[in-house]
Amino acid sequence: MIEFKHVSVNFKQHKQIFEAVNDAHFKIEKGEIFGIAGSSGAGKSTLLRTINLLQTVSSGEILVDGENITNYRRNQLRILRRNIGMIFQHFNLARNLTVYQNIAFVLKAAGKSKSETETRVNELLKLVNLSDKANSYPANLSGGEKQRVAIARALANDAKILLCDEPTSALDLETTSSILSLLKDLNKKFGITIVIITHELDVIKSICNRCAVMNKGSVIEIGDVYDIFTKPRVDFTRQLLSHTNHFSLPEEIISKMQGPIIRLTFKGDNANNPILSYAANTFQIGFNILLGKIEYINGLPLGILYVELIGEVDTIKLAIEYLAANTADLEVINHGL
Amino acid sequence: MAFDLKAALLLTFGQTMQMVISSLLAAIIIGGSIGLLLFLTSNTLFLKNRAINQIVGVIINITRSIPFLILLVLMIPVSKAIVHTSIGPNAVVIPLAVAAIAFFGRLSEASFSDVDNGVLEAAIASGASKLSIVLKILLPEALPSLIKNITVTAVSLIGFSAMAGTVGGGGIGDLAIRYGYQRYEPEVMFICVIVLVLLVQIFQIIGDSSAKKLDKTSK
Ligand SMILES: Nc1ncnc2c1ncn2[C@@H]1O[C@H](COP(=O)(O)OP(=O)(O)OP(=O)(O)O)[C@@H](O)[C@H]1O
Ligand SMILES: [Mg+2]
Repeated sequence: MIEFKHVSVNFKQHKQIFEAVNDAHFKIEKGEIFGIAGSSGAGKSTLLRTINLLQTVSSGEILVDGENITNYRRNQLRILRRNIGMIFQHFNLARNLTVYQNIAFVLKAAGKSKSETETRVNELLKLVNLSDKANSYPANLSGGEKQRVAIARALANDAKILLCDEPTSALDLETTSSILSLLKDLNKKFGITIVIITHELDVIKSICNRCAVMNKGSVIEIGDVYDIFTKPRVDFTRQLLSHTNHFSLPEEIISKMQGPIIRLTFKGDNANNPILSYAANTFQIGFNILLGKIEYINGLPLGILYVELIGEVDTIKLAIEYLAANTADLEVINHGL
Repeated sequence: MAFDLKAALLLTFGQTMQMVISSLLAAIIIGGSIGLLLFLTSNTLFLKNRAINQIVGVIINITRSIPFLILLVLMIPVSKAIVHTSIGPNAVVIPLAVAAIAFFGRLSEASFSDVDNGVLEAAIASGASKLSIVLKILLPEALPSLIKNITVTAVSLIGFSAMAGTVGGGGIGDLAIRYGYQRYEPEVMFICVIVLVLLVQIFQIIGDSSAKKLDKTSK
């Protein structure tokens, strides 16, 4: 659907060449929700903006639906852009136009008649649940409402692709989740391909199928969200995850415990199995649960558990072997006294 | 009193309005277009062109740096060529218009530049043509600020038009100088000043209220 072929973007700054995107080479499939994560200045926005050529590329090619769009100009480019909607962190609605006028503008600009425009705007307002706000000005809307208007505007000309640059970064948690579920619905209902940039990994966890991680202009990791979150291959990703996945035992607790402490990771299928109680019964040992959680990434469970093992040295050894074989990951944090 | 004050006031008020309104119209149309050109040639989303931008910018700056009194004198031959007279309100409309065009050119450029670039970018991303973005997004977004700047221009023009009296332009300022200063009739000067103050107030009130009406950026 969207294919980057060795795409690079350079900026000239004070006679120096700065590589904002460096050899991006990957595909975004039709109908998926694709996330792009990375620290500030990594080049996420720059990469996203190449898809509708708001940013021209310095080298490489971009294919949309198999067509090389890299050199599109004028009319061809305007038609392409009608099929690719875009939403932004700060919504970017015209402030002296009403909600209705904001959406109607892009329809009229695409040559729709007055009556076609009216029908479509009303349809879109219903879709984003804002029919009663048609004549309001953006200043009188909440952040979430503004973003919904922006979504309606982005999809007005039946866009097949929706580009989102930090769409929830200016919103509170509750509004964020309502916007995310709207995006998910649109993806399901209309099969719209969504590319979403965010620095909030929770956003990626909750709606993306696959994601890319960028650092200093390069895509350093790409794959299924669940895989990336459960076994990141690159140190940078691990670091990025540790900022949001802040989940570890305080040192004082670890040093206070008598028995060995292990960290268990449960994934997908085995997250729901009663492995611990089976181990307790079989090896006659006790478990002291210190910290634990289960979260859902792209709909699949991921469990992390810190436990202190209580029992004979030999049986503990056997239990550890059993647990290591039956969980996704086992790490011995402290060997005990 | 030796002369009919009421008739003189009416006549000169008419002259002042003629000078202010016609040069203001020129400023809005020509100066506004220049401001738009300056903005469009400075913005990568539209028609960024350093050469055009700098040439036009320098011309505007030169015009603006000439003191108005000197511009009045410099423009005498031009006025003669265009309106076939170098005296009276018709003649001074030319230097007034030139000054106002340069003044409003800069101010309107600032009004356009103040429009949130993100809003324009979103419009570009929607596939709309640049012309329709200028007409239907840029202008409405800049309008309240443009109107404030039109008001500023009009108020300065009232001041300039009073100065134009000195080269025989007529107008209320001229009346104030001739009767109040040269013939020492301070009450005439006083009345003239009151009329000018009222005129500025009226322009300011109309400008402020219409700008406020069109500005939807606050609740
Ligand atoms: N038009 C430009 N001219 C020069 N440098 C630019 C331009 N646009 C972006 N850059 C630089 O390219 C780098 C990547 O910018 P980009 O906006 O893509 O980062 P980002 O990953 O989106 O960061 P953030 O999370 O802060 O939005 C930055 O260092 C930025 O300064
Ligand atoms: Mg960015």
